[in-house]
Amino acid sequence: MNPQNSGRDSDSSLRSEFHTKFRLSWPIWFLVAVHAVIVLAGFVAPYSFETQEREHPYAPPTRLHFVDCAGKVHFRPFVYVTKAAENALDEYQQDCSQRAGIEFFPQGDRYTILGTFSSTRHLFGVPAPANLFLMGTDGFGRDQFSRLLYGGQVSLFAGFVAAVFSAFTGLLLGGIAGMYGGRLDDAAMRFAEVFITIPWFYLLIAVRAFLPLQISPVTAFLLVVSVIGIVGWSRPARLVRGVILSARERNFVLAARGFGASNTYLLRRHLMPLTFRVLLTQMVVLIPQFILAEVILSFLGLGIGEPFPSWGNMLAQAQQYHVLVSYWWMLLPGLAPVPVFLAYHSLAETLQERIKSNI
Amino acid sequence: MIRYLARRAGHGLLMLFGVSILLFLLFQAAPGDFLSEMKMNSQISPETITMLRAQYGLDQPLPERYWRWLKSSARGDFGYSFAYNTPASTLLWPRARNTLLLSVPALLISWLIAVPLGVLAAGWKGRWADRLFSGGTSALLALPDVLIALLALLVALKTGMFPVGGMTSINAQDQGTWAWLRDLGWHMVLPVAALVVGSLTIILRHVRASVIEVLESSYMRAAEGHGLPRFKLLFGYALPAAANPLISLFGLSVAMLLSVSLLIEVVMSWPGIGPLLLESILARDLFVVIGAVMLSTVFLIAGNLLGDVLLYAFDPRIRRQA
Repeated sequence: MNPQNSGRDSDSSLRSEFHTKFRLSWPIWFLVAVHAVIVLAGFVAPYSFETQEREHPYAPPTRLHFVDCAGKVHFRPFVYVTKAAENALDEYQQDCSQRAGIEFFPQGDRYTILGTFSSTRHLFGVPAPANLFLMGTDGFGRDQFSRLLYGGQVSLFAGFVAAVFSAFTGLLLGGIAGMYGGRLDDAAMRFAEVFITIPWFYLLIAVRAFLPLQISPVTAFLLVVSVIGIVGWSRPARLVRGVILSARERNFVLAARGFGASNTYLLRRHLMPLTFRVLLTQMVVLIPQFILAEVILSFLGLGIGEPFPSWGNMLAQAQQYHVLVSYWWMLLPGLAPVPVFLAYHSLAETLQERIKSNI
Repeated sequence: MIRYLARRAGHGLLMLFGVSILLFLLFQAAPGDFLSEMKMNSQISPETITMLRAQYGLDQPLPERYWRWLKSSARGDFGYSFAYNTPASTLLWPRARNTLLLSVPALLISWLIAVPLGVLAAGWKGRWADRLFSGGTSALLALPDVLIALLALLVALKTGMFPVGGMTSINAQDQGTWAWLRDLGWHMVLPVAALVVGSLTIILRHVRASVIEVLESSYMRAAEGHGLPRFKLLFGYALPAAANPLISLFGLSVAMLLSVSLLIEVVMSWPGIGPLLLESILARDLFVVIGAVMLSTVFLIAGNLLGDVLLYAFDPRIRRQA
């Protein structure tokens, strides 16, 4: 367009190619890393999610030192043993005489990863009687950092599994609606519309309302996942239907039909693969929404319950006024999803642009 | 105009029926209700519970119960609250009013901020102000609404400038209408602010995106080539051209706002539909649950209808269709 720019064109297109690649790749790598850490929560976390240090309720994040009280510099970061102050429950004093350096691969609480690998070695920690509370502790003296990692297992995977669930339901119902058309299509799409008509949180909570309240944590997890999945199926279903409606008339599909392919065969072999890209993008859009849904359900006391941590039920403690005012680290579970959401949003944006530009 | 609106309203009504049927189907699947919780209480005999069950019609099959509920809704009762022993509507109406009191101002403020800001950001596309803007909205979008509500509560508690929780102070009613209104307004500031922050970003991003799309069209370039001032170009030409998708967004923004409002009401103890819904879930007061969800759906459909009216007013193409 602009003659002055023409000389730089090849250069800028090269740069933009790098730019797009980078925009696609950083969220993916970041998310892979986050999920790896979360899966390995038992190993990375210095404590288990239920270890209670009754002497340290609402302890602030432990300070890491390089310089000791005498002014001497140490190469290995260390912490001081802290003790509750005499007349206040939640004020802590550092004891300069007891120093504990950070250790790598120390022994600690027993944990299991993915239900198979069990060990007592952690990535890092400090020897007792010192404590390493990177994000402080809650009212029971449980380490917030460890609980945040374990809570991620619930929150992140609830969102992920629910998104897979609703994408699959959407694929099935949207595929059938788009393929067979007519009455079936009308019925399915009206049904989907009913789901979209109700404000999303209200629907989520309403569906949850009609299910039992007192249940075991594993059932609760499955329940939350299926509630979120049920509530969210309609958007993917509409998208899939749209793709199938347009693809149904394409020449290679008509040809296959002419050779006597059945509807089911056409759907499975030719049409559903075409929806893959749209569905994948939709999943990337849905996952953060669904993670948020789990956080909100647990926050409201309708999701995963104590003693198992989820980002939602951890944040729920901050609803108490005195906790909110005095212990700022209790708000950290609310910040935990932010980087994950940023990565998912950025990924979704890039994928959507790709789909747009390829049409 | 009338025909077009009637068609949209009829569609909304149909959806409302669908929603109520869906809720009743879910109700049917629910394990236990308010009365089955009463069984735990040894002071209430099984006969009493059976009697109550018959009285409330809970022993009837689903279609019969739905029909009864429809009749009671037609009377304006919307079923019966077991926990409060009144028609559900007496609980729902004041709460609905309170929710509207929060969400209508928040909706207006969000749009009033989002439209000019979004248009400006579109005009600055690619410059540092736009980058800053995009970064800011992405960050805000990633912030969970619960956290925004908690932060607003924290502001109230830390500064002491704003009242914490509730709608009015205890003795506000005695001090005359003006004092009462001022008190109410003061209580509204933080919830409305949190609501605006929670719902603003999506509107902003949509405004920016659709104005940018218009700015790239050839007629805008022609207008630019004629030497029209930048401000007039953006607000006089680009904004009206981009209005159609934005007005369609209006209904969506109502839905979003209602969802965020539920959380903010719960966290900041604003006596709206949200806390009522939560409370009735925990008490298994299922008709109130149904009523609350239906009400939120009514608001959403009303919002969509308003969007349709606006679209009709703004877009001549729709008028020709209808």
